[in-house]
This record gives sequence, structure tokens and C-alpha cells, in this order.
Amino acid sequence: MSATLSPAEMDHLGEIAGAMIPASADLRMPAADDPVILDDIAKSVGRDLALVREAIAAILKMANGAFAGLDQDAKEALINDYHARGGAPAEALGRAILAAYYRDDRVLVALGQEARSPFPKGHVVEPRDWSLLDAVRHRAPFWRDDRMTGTGER
Amino acid sequence: MAGNERVDVLIIGSGASGAAVAWSLAETKMRILCLEQGDWVKPTDFPSNGRDWEARRFGDFEIRPNLRGRDTDYPVNDDNSLMKVANFNGVGGGTIIYTAHWPRLHPSDFKVKSLDGVADDWPIDYWALERFYEENDRMMGASGLPGDPGVPPRHPPMPPIPLGRTGAVYAQAMNRLGWHWWPSDTTIATTPYDGRAQCINLGHCTPGCAQGAKASTDITYWPLALRAGVELRTRCRVREIVTDEHGMAAGAIYYDAEGREHFQPAEVVIMACNGVGTPRLLLNSASARFPNGLANSSGLVGRNLMLHPWPVVSGYVEEEMDGARAPITSMWSKQFYETDPARDFVRGYTLQFGRGAGPVTEAIGSTAAGHLPWGRGHHGIYRQLLNPRASIGVACDDLPEEHNRVTLDPELKDSNGIPAPRIDYAISENTRRMMEHGIARAEEIMAAAGATRVHTSRTVLNYPGHLLGTARMGTDPERSVVNEWGRSHDVKNLFIVDGSVFVTGGGVNPTSTIQAVALYIADQMKQRLANLFD
Repeated sequence: MSATLSPAEMDHLGEIAGAMIPASADLRMPAADDPVILDDIAKSVGRDLALVREAIAAILKMANGAFAGLDQDAKEALINDYHARGGAPAEALGRAILAAYYRDDRVLVALGQEARSPFPKGHVVEPRDWSLLDAVRHRAPFWRDDRMTGTGER
Repeated sequence: MAGNERVDVLIIGSGASGAAVAWSLAETKMRILCLEQGDWVKPTDFPSNGRDWEARRFGDFEIRPNLRGRDTDYPVNDDNSLMKVANFNGVGGGTIIYTAHWPRLHPSDFKVKSLDGVADDWPIDYWALERFYEENDRMMGASGLPGDPGVPPRHPPMPPIPLGRTGAVYAQAMNRLGWHWWPSDTTIATTPYDGRAQCINLGHCTPGCAQGAKASTDITYWPLALRAGVELRTRCRVREIVTDEHGMAAGAIYYDAEGREHFQPAEVVIMACNGVGTPRLLLNSASARFPNGLANSSGLVGRNLMLHPWPVVSGYVEEEMDGARAPITSMWSKQFYETDPARDFVRGYTLQFGRGAGPVTEAIGSTAAGHLPWGRGHHGIYRQLLNPRASIGVACDDLPEEHNRVTLDPELKDSNGIPAPRIDYAISENTRRMMEHGIARAEEIMAAAGATRVHTSRTVLNYPGHLLGTARMGTDPERSVVNEWGRSHDVKNLFIVDGSVFVTGGGVNPTSTIQAVALYIADQMKQRLANLFD
């Protein structure tokens, strides 16, 4: 078995990924079968390759080999049904698609996120108001002191 | 087989406990060698350097070795356990991939038999460990806020991590309910500390810290231990501990990176391989003299495994939270930690308040939970889920039971052909009642925070267990594996310093206690050097 997806498998993956996450013009979101995203999925599938292959084959089988010919309603129903049944192949397929999709620059920008790695810039976290703790600060210690006797003495 | 020069002390494992004991013993000027089956991890190796930082949490920085599958990992058959094993094989061990949450056991955790009539008391108490907790806080660099009425006094050298948007939402909810909360102690540097840069909020700390702000022993204890003369040899996987004609440990047989077999002779052997690795190695060291495994005359090696069941309750609030833009830990609650006779279970739990999830993790988690559909509805729902997530973990005390255990798998082996561990583990009825109580309280907190879509995962993706209890300490050789200062009852130059020696697990992350125990045992060894084997 090849260590990468074949052209035919890539075609099937594109059909499936595009149905799982279609484009939205209103939200400026590409589809998961966008060539850049699809290429990223294929490159990063790594150790999940066998499971992704298994998922593609299972979905095609459920569609009697004619997934591409289904309308979008039928595709979505089939994929959500397949995913709801669970199992490692379904999880691996979803993980591979989501991991590549939600790191795409266009997707992140459309979501109002910064398209960058966390390091080295990091993030700012608001310190907020520690006076919220005043309600707790004045409580008497309530952890159980094993040195206390029955009369409350140490 | 290659023979090596004899050392005074051989430490197996370079993680939380192995590093601490190496550093502590270094002042004796003994010749100390540590064997580690993994590699050093460089700051540039960590996922936060790249755009695939979230995906790698499901790949080479996955915390479950069976999914991570590095060539430095060994497989674990945990099919017969809802809780999965987490570890990391490399210099620093589990501290590379821990959350840096830094609670201690409570004094009552050491006396559950005396106080609550269950399990067993430890042979030592909290107060014997207190100065080692404090020393370890200084060495690892702890951050926190003194004055918490829910725990004994402690003195973290740095201020706490920021409350943030998420913490403020939780705090307001907890104040409405009148329940205790406090900013979590962590080992995240909130100021420059001992050569470490302060946290710049790279996100969740679990897959390591490129900034070096999270304390892992490769950047805390190890540089000091190496400077003091300790030798650390990586890519050395120990197969077994060998004993001599007197029944003493003679050293260890290990494989190097090329698969060559070596014998490393030693005067003293210290095991620091965690609660699964240590019993595995002891059981793999069976011999004619020790047919049931080394140090196992009690039959308790591998038994009493505790994994800390950890349900997580999640929901979504109205406002944007911190998401993955901060350390995952924010605060804890000890409101339900101690035993309450009015409840239908003994002991208790810590509530741990998490920040949220990044874009990929949110999508994967929400599809798995059935909240995020595939198809045209995907985008609209996703926009409601990204960033307002709140998650509360219920860290349950998991009392020891002998049927929860580590054995050797009859078929599964690692890449060197060494039999792999098998886990058999079931959650007790007491723990199940505790879990349900904690879930109900977490749901009340979610309601007080105005959260919707509240849902619970009883055994959660990426929340595998801590590894404790499989070579417990005690004064009775028939009821324990090591004595009250970590020495094997059966083999008087063999010591265990990792989480295996825990008698109970408490309802907290265990690393600060693992290291305090390791420092305590090292101190005991130093005090007894003249008659260590008597």
C-alpha cells in the first residue's frame, strides 16, 4: 500500500471534505476541498493514513460508490450518519480535515484569529480584578488538620 | 554484552522523581548515573513554534504513548481500562507534557484509614514532607498566592498566573454560590525565575513550553545535577535489574540506541520510572531467586494502581473567554475535597477550572461531542463555540484496590523485545458516586455562570490517568513493597522514588508530591549512608 494517498483517493477525499465543510461566501470561509487545504490534509495525515483510507472506503461503500453524484443534502446526511457511529476511522478523517482547515490563514482571519504560531509573540491575558477573591480570603481554614485532637487542640 | 564501569548510584528514569533525587544526591560526591530511554527535547522541538501547534497534540506530543508512538515509547495494553495511560519518555519525563498544575496532597490524604476508615495510612505524614514540598517549590519555581484557606500554608516564590477573562467568569459564579475558589498554584514562571523567562501565554502548556516558562526537570533540576557531576545517558532502555548471589541488586541490563545490550553495575539502584514503568521493570526482573518479580514478596508489585478518574463538564457562556491564549489552568476549588459524612462517598475531589480550547481542538472536541455538525450548518454553529467555552475538571480521589493493576502482557513487546505492561483497571463504586457528585456541582457552577450547551465527559479525550500506587510504601513487608523511606523490603540496595510508592492518590495532580517524596527519600538516604543496607 502506498505511503501517500493516490490521485483517485485524493479525488474522493476532496469530494468528502468539500461536503463536510462547504464554502460560505457570506462568512468568507473556503471549503475544505480548497486545493491548499486539501494539499495540507494530504501532507499532514501521517500516521492516520490507513484510518483515513478506511474512512474514505467506508463512505464510498455507504454511497454505493457514487458519493460524488449525491446532492448536498444526501452527502451531509450520509457523513453525519457515518460520523455518529464513531470509530477510529471516522475520528481520524475528521481530525485530519479539521486540523488542516482550522490552521488555514483565510479561515483564521475570517474567524477573527491571528494566523500565526503562538511562539514567539505569545498572547496577552487580562489580569482582571483580584478583589473578586475578597469573598474567599476571610474564610477560616477548612482543610482537615490531622494534628488536631478531638478537643480541637494540636 | 558490553560491560560498563561500576557506579555508586544508578537511577533509572530522568523525569520528575529521577531528576530530583539525582540533584539531591549529587552533593554526596558519589558517582551517579541516570539511564533515560528517551532524548533531550529542545525548545525548538515544541509545537508552539509552528502553525501545526494544535495538530501535534494529537501526534508526536500526544500524551498517550499508544497514540504518540515515538520510537522512544513503549506500548501499553490498556484495553481493559476506561482510563488510558499518559507518560512521556525523554529527559524530564512526564514534566515535559504535564499541565504544570501544582496542588499538593492534603494532610488527610496521608491518613485515610485513621480518619475515614478506608484503604491504608501512609507511613509518613504531610508534615514530614512539608519542607521538601517547599524546597521543591523553589527548585521547580512555583507560582501562586499564599493565604488559601482550603490548603495548608505554602510559600510559592512567584505571584499567580493571571485570572483572565475565563477566571473572572468562574470567580463570579463561585462567589454567587458561596463556594471556595483560589488561583491555582502552577510551575509556570510568572516572573523571570532562576534563568527562566516568564510566561508569555503561548497557550496550553501540555505539549511543552518553547519559552521555557513551564518548569520541566530538563530545565530545572538537570542542569544543576549535571553541573554537580551526575552523568545522564539518553536512549538507554533498561530491560531488567540483575541481582547477585546475596540477593542484592547488582546493576541493570539495558539497550542503547543501536540495540546493543549493556550491563551497568551499581552499588545502589533507584527506580524512577513512574507507576507503570517501575512495576513493569520489577516484573521483568524475575529470576530463580525472585520468581514473582523483584521486590515482590508481598505480591503487591503492580497492584493498587490509581489513575485519578477525571470527568470534565463543559459549557459555553455569553462572552469571549481566554480560549487557548493562556495556560489551561486558572483556579481550583477545595470546597468538596474533604470527607463529608452527609455524602454517600468518602474522601473528595478538587474542582479545576480550565481556560478553553484553540480553533482545531474546539472543532475536534465539538464534533466528537456531537455539537458541531458536518455540512452547511458547520460554520454557523462553530462561530458560537469558538472561545466562549468553559470547562471544569473533577479530580477525584481514587482509592487503592488490589484488582487494579499492572502486569506483563503475554504477547505485546516494545521495539527491543521487552514485554510491555498490561493495565486492568475499573472505577470503584465510591469513586463513581464521587464523580457524579462532582459533575452535579460543576453543572451548578455552569448554571451560575450562565452557560448553555452544558455537557459532561466522564472519561475524556486527552485526560488519561496519573500513574500511582503500584509499589506502595509501608512498614509491613507483607502489605507494602518499600519501607517508609523508599527502600525495598526485599532488596536492601534497591529504592523506588516515583509515584509507585503512593499509598493513596488524593484528588490532585501528583507531581509536586512525587517530587517531595523523592527529595524526602534522597534525604533519608543521605542521613543513612553509613548503614544504608542494614
